[in-house]
Amino acid sequence: MTLDLRIPMGAMFTLLGVILTLFGLATRGSKIYEASLGINANFWWGLVLLAFGLTMFLLGRRGQKRLASLPAEPPEDGQARRGH
Amino acid sequence: MLNLTSVDWLIMLLYFVFVLGIGFALKRYMKTSKDFFQAGRALPAWICGLAFISANLGAQEVIGMGASGAKYGLETAHFYGIGAIPAMIFVGIFMMPFYYGSKARSVPEFLRMRFDEKTRALNACSFAVMTVFSSGISMYAMARLIQALHVFDGLFRALGWNPDGIFTFSICLSALIVLLYIFLGGLTSAIYNEVLQFFLIIAGFLPLVLIGLRNVGGWSGLKASVPMAYMHEWKGVAHASTNPMGIEIIGLGMGLGFVLGSGYWCTDFLVIQTAMASKNMESARRVPLIAAIPKMVFPFLVILPGILAIGLPTPHTTTTITRTADGAIHHETNVVPLNVEEGRGLVPAKINPVTGKAMLTASGQPLLDYDMATPNMLLHFFPTGILGLGLTALLASFMSGMAGNVTAFNTVFTYDLYQSYIHKGGSDRHYMAVGRWATVGGILLSIATAYAAINFNNIMDTLQLVFSFVNAPLFATFLLGMFWKRATGHAAFAGLISGTAAAMLHHGLTLPIEARPGIHGGWIAVLHNYPSDMAMNFWTAIFAFSANLIVTVVVSYCTKARPEAELVGLVHSLTPKPERSHIVWWKRPEALAVGVLLGAVALNIFFY
Repeated sequence: MTLDLRIPMGAMFTLLGVILTLFGLATRGSKIYEASLGINANFWWGLVLLAFGLTMFLLGRRGQKRLASLPAEPPEDGQARRGH
Repeated sequence: MLNLTSVDWLIMLLYFVFVLGIGFALKRYMKTSKDFFQAGRALPAWICGLAFISANLGAQEVIGMGASGAKYGLETAHFYGIGAIPAMIFVGIFMMPFYYGSKARSVPEFLRMRFDEKTRALNACSFAVMTVFSSGISMYAMARLIQALHVFDGLFRALGWNPDGIFTFSICLSALIVLLYIFLGGLTSAIYNEVLQFFLIIAGFLPLVLIGLRNVGGWSGLKASVPMAYMHEWKGVAHASTNPMGIEIIGLGMGLGFVLGSGYWCTDFLVIQTAMASKNMESARRVPLIAAIPKMVFPFLVILPGILAIGLPTPHTTTTITRTADGAIHHETNVVPLNVEEGRGLVPAKINPVTGKAMLTASGQPLLDYDMATPNMLLHFFPTGILGLGLTALLASFMSGMAGNVTAFNTVFTYDLYQSYIHKGGSDRHYMAVGRWATVGGILLSIATAYAAINFNNIMDTLQLVFSFVNAPLFATFLLGMFWKRATGHAAFAGLISGTAAAMLHHGLTLPIEARPGIHGGWIAVLHNYPSDMAMNFWTAIFAFSANLIVTVVVSYCTKARPEAELVGLVHSLTPKPERSHIVWWKRPEALAVGVLLGAVALNIFFY
């Protein structure tokens, strides 16, 4: 399998994080945060998602680089070759 | 009133773009039917593990567990502690070697290898019907929720469309998205999106639980705000009358733990297919165990919102009188709708649309709409922005619940029904095309199911009922099939039939208290009353399982056993132990299983 899920997933959460953090910054002290007990839920949770997304993305990239540096794919059936 | 802003829409749109994007990106890897139906048997264990629980994280989990939490309290956590974890460990350690090792492409196909053609046909047909039913319920629940939350109202108003079309619009939109990404990327696409959705659920619900807990004053504050029995998982479980679910320990342990839980996690192709997609035997065995780890933490995410919703103060119509500087008196009335006023906490009462009054149970209490517990929590605590994230998580959960069912359906239909009975010996390309079109057919059938109305006020109960008819007897068949070499095909077939018959008979003869005969039971005659519908479901499962077990054993002794040579790799006692000395002890699935088990015990003690 050549598509590492961590790359699109990391990208999605990074984007979500950026959107929420920026929106949180833009709406600092707004009345909308009465619902969430005065906590700027968008800003703080956006930061958490951003960190998670970046971690996933970087792990995925690293995994893909490692895969590319490996010589060849192991045999199809996944069984290690044994001596006869 | 829900007020979505462009940020919320942007977040929702972003998710849909990625979901479809993954489908398109995977399209070029779909070369053979093995790629399409079995994800090429090449995925890493952690991805399959998260998809394993995520496949089950549909409507019945997110909304149903919240509803159950509001209705029964922390006792709902038994669905995890007893209902899921032990079964997941069992399937990983003991059953996966036969599922994966037999090279069967589906669970019904395993039944053909172990037993015979008719057992497989029976299982494939009932399973196909059940997946369509489940995915239809998922769709119905989602459309109803979208209506109730007025998600698309603003959009419809802006476009000048008739708001009556929201139900159909929601169903068609979700069906189209799921259809597209499965049509393009098959099981891989479904699994990838299930993992995506797993993290999205955490992203959407963790802040909800944190804010909710903070509002009631932490864990101790929550304890103070709900009845005592709500906060204990085990206390009072010895007798039916002393716990909210109305179940005694035998019904719970046997019914949920041994029969329903195992019947679901160990035999349902919906979840097993994700483990069978992993890259080798060790990974396949590790998949359910990896899944069990987040499964232990999920009560916090999905049950707590329901309990919190009950624990919060019920909004009432209030009038505040204020005197302005010039001496004028202002009456400020904050009118709360009747369904909210009659409800408990944030859980509204059900309103009879004809009389406009709250519907009552047989004992005169208002009938609560528990399914609204979790969604109302989202609306109550989330400001715009993160609200979009929460709603997206909710929609994602419905779609992935549907997707798992649809991929299970297309595999079983193509391999077990089409290839076996309709068109044998076609080319691989032909079966892949059939699988794609089976996806379309499965989704169309689900849409039809979604339009069939549902009478229960708790989705969970409905699904448990269906599972208890179809799945509960099934576990006995697999248990005997994998661990008793004498079990025969005729016996398995007879056992399955009598198990399902016993379930229906039991359902027809008993009734939960506070229910009227009909879909809740007692449609033949009422011989026994159970304290709750949950207790009745558990006992239905026990009867089905026992009937299957007894009939299978008896018929096995009356019929000719298969030669042992044919059963190698399918039955425990006849299968050689795999060579595993090359793996360090702590990397073996058994070590992981012990760790998970200890964690589960610790969690149960904590929730005692």
